[in-house]
Amino acid sequence: MNCDEFVELVTAFLDGALDPATEDRFVEHLALCEGCERYLEQFRTTIAELGELPPESLSPAVRTDLLDAFRDWHRS
Amino acid sequence: MTKLPPDDELVAALRAGDGAAFADVLDAWSSSMLRLARSFVSTHATAEEVVQDTWLAVVKGLSAFEGRSSFKTWVYRILVNTAKKRGTHEKRSVPWTSLLPGDEDHGPTVDPSRFQGPGGAYPGHWRETPEPWASPEKTALALEIREIITGVLDELPARQRAVISLRDVGDHTAEEVCAMLQISAANQRVLLHRARAVVRARLAGYLGVA
Ligand SMILES: [Zn+2]
Repeated sequence: MNCDEFVELVTAFLDGALDPATEDRFVEHLALCEGCERYLEQFRTTIAELGELPPESLSPAVRTDLLDAFRDWHRS
Repeated sequence: MTKLPPDDELVAALRAGDGAAFADVLDAWSSSMLRLARSFVSTHATAEEVVQDTWLAVVKGLSAFEGRSSFKTWVYRILVNTAKKRGTHEKRSVPWTSLLPGDEDHGPTVDPSRFQGPGGAYPGHWRETPEPWASPEKTALALEIREIITGVLDELPARQRAVISLRDVGDHTAEEVCAMLQISAANQRVLLHRARAVVRARLAGYLGVA
């Protein structure tokens, strides 16, 4: 496997979606190539940082409106 | 965050008018729903309206939930349909079920000039290995990284943004995302990979220490 193929398979590898033969070639390349090992690690870091984004939330007014709407719907 | 009960208990509580159960599910899912809605519409305010309209439709349509998908998937599908309608009004409508023919969904995700050409000693291998990164854990960097990532998400094509928002920013599985967006597993993976590669490249420009 070459590096330019490796970099396109990273998400499939992380999802366990590679067929066994391709996964073998992927892991073999990973063991031999410092650049691709680093690329994979940076992909993992990227995914972890995406997961650290603070949650967005509904404004309190919208939240209150929705809770009221739920109550009203069940009262009627 | 409150752990939600299983679907059958949750839906039964909502149908019975249990306001606390509704508050729990509203608080548990609205953040992820806002991010997903933002893939289709251009402002946070419009995304909030989409989420609000979705919850109203859920409340009124509870009797129509048949349990053929998970309750969450059902709610998110309503969200996607509501958001698409708004997106159409905003002329941001894009085809969802198939990949686009142009560059957006095809071609290399890493600049081909980073790799050796046919005349190199190792064709297809890195010319220079990717630069190592400074540790993003350093708190001084954390806030800037958040801003960079938020900026990149705003620039991504809608479908790539939707998938990465659900998979990586939210914590949904590939199966859930395919069900929510009604796309194939293969297309889901292509969209996710392209989006991640764009974010990684932007972080490399910031964290690279070479
Ligand atoms: Zn390599």
